[in-house]
Amino acid sequence: MTTAQPLIQARGLVKRFGDFTAVDGIDVEVRPGEAFGFLGPNGAGKSSTMRMVGCISPPSGGELRILGMDPVRDGPAIRARLGVCPQLDNLDPELTVRENLTTYARYFGIPRRVARERAAELLDFVQLTERADSKVEPLSGGMKRRLTIARALVNNPEIVLLDEPTTGLDPQARHLVWERLFRLKQQGVTLVLTTHYMDEAEQLCDRLVVMDGGRIVAEGSPRALIEQHSTREVVELRFAADSQEAFAGKLDGLGERVEVLPDRILLYVADGDAAVAEVTALGLVPASVLVRRSSLEDVFLHLTGRTLVD
Amino acid sequence: MVGLVLPRLVSFEGAPRRSASVAERNLAALKSAYWLVLISGFLEPVLYLFSIGIGVGALVGDLTLPGGRVVSYAGFVAPAMLASSAMTGALAETTFNFFGKMKYMKLYDGIIATPVQPFEIALGELGWAMIRGSLYSAAFLVVMVGMDLTSVGRAATAFPAAVLVGFAFGALGMAVATFMRSWQDFDLMGSAQFTLFLFSGTFVPAEAYPAVLRWVVELTPLYRSVHLIRGISVGATGWSWLLDVAYLLVLTGVGLLVASRRMGRLLYK
Repeated sequence: MTTAQPLIQARGLVKRFGDFTAVDGIDVEVRPGEAFGFLGPNGAGKSSTMRMVGCISPPSGGELRILGMDPVRDGPAIRARLGVCPQLDNLDPELTVRENLTTYARYFGIPRRVARERAAELLDFVQLTERADSKVEPLSGGMKRRLTIARALVNNPEIVLLDEPTTGLDPQARHLVWERLFRLKQQGVTLVLTTHYMDEAEQLCDRLVVMDGGRIVAEGSPRALIEQHSTREVVELRFAADSQEAFAGKLDGLGERVEVLPDRILLYVADGDAAVAEVTALGLVPASVLVRRSSLEDVFLHLTGRTLVD
Repeated sequence: MVGLVLPRLVSFEGAPRRSASVAERNLAALKSAYWLVLISGFLEPVLYLFSIGIGVGALVGDLTLPGGRVVSYAGFVAPAMLASSAMTGALAETTFNFFGKMKYMKLYDGIIATPVQPFEIALGELGWAMIRGSLYSAAFLVVMVGMDLTSVGRAATAFPAAVLVGFAFGALGMAVATFMRSWQDFDLMGSAQFTLFLFSGTFVPAEAYPAVLRWVVELTPLYRSVHLIRGISVGATGWSWLLDVAYLLVLTGVGLLVASRRMGRLLYK
């Protein structure tokens, strides 16, 4: 395989469920060794895209090539080289932690002896060796997730698909998962993940697309996206209740953009401290001031809006 | 450590190997509680045989079969019990267990992300169900020989027939299970199963029914199964068993085809 050839290539990819269009003509290219992210609110079409890439959901339109093959015709051959960590853990509740790995390995045709060695390695990798003979059900959410990730690695895949790998985990568990995924990335495994955690995308992804309503609304590295769609810094001003709107009017023209939220006003500026000085010069006295660097979250909310999507 | 230096661990030996891996999973999941289920599945037909075959048989006396052959009532009922226990064993595995694995345990959602395909899952589950069904059949045949209801030679011939019956009902059950919406639907299936059990020439020769009803009965899968196994067990002559075998083979094929098609539609969303 030449390194220039993308591992995943989608052109005008569409997924429809009846009248509903979940994925509405997206173009994506994932190159070998990169960590690629799909960022978006719930219902943006991330999971539908992941299922199509995982060859368990036939595309309704457009073109999709994975590892140079057609997912509909060559499903088994492609899946043999993929590792999948679905959004909802579907571990086998009737088997132990170790058996979940060895049995899964058998689905890939891995010999029993190799499967046992591989399971031991992977249990060590995700720090579950001590729970090897436990059933799955009593494990914590973080442990189940780690086991699902270990299971996705059992066939030594070239691409690992992770659909919201850390959703619902506590901070310690999230960091452990990130650290393990980072190690995989260092080993050259191509990672494709979906997330709505900005810090996750910033930490793990070399490149990402922001999806909204089945479409791609932005694409680039986390840094480039911040530079392109936000300012360098953000000033968060809080004023006493009720007085917010009154103050907001006076801030017009300050920085690149002013966003008035129910509880605070955001100033998108190049230099936060300078902007605070200007606010003070206007004679305004906010109840609190916070100057911070712009994050992917600002980009995300700017692009996909603040309306709650369920 | 997860290293990339390992060779790619994947082989493409194809469908039989992948189906076997699905059956192998069930072997790994086999735990102590399952043995109780297994034993109850064997006891049921034996209890029927004792209570009805021998108990009621004492009141009924001997029966004259259409060919003119005279058999004891227990000898008449026993092959039917064998056929229906093959049916029950196969159905239990391919309806309840299959439905639970597909709908509640989401087991197949995990499996389809591997090279294993729906048809291979169906084949693997059916193969597994057959191992269970065959155990019931073999044990029951031992009881029949022990009670002098058939000969060892005939029992040995009846065994593959019972396995075929299991395959046919297993495939049928799996196809039916893909249409089930909730556990409530299984009540309907239970009723259908019990109706078959009572009226498939099991306790009364089908010849005793009115002509119209008799035709209906003779079209049902359990009747064909009972007919096949009873023929072997009492040593009937002629070629009518060929029809039974063909019927059961077709049922197996159609059941598997429908089941894997439906699974594909349900899983590849």
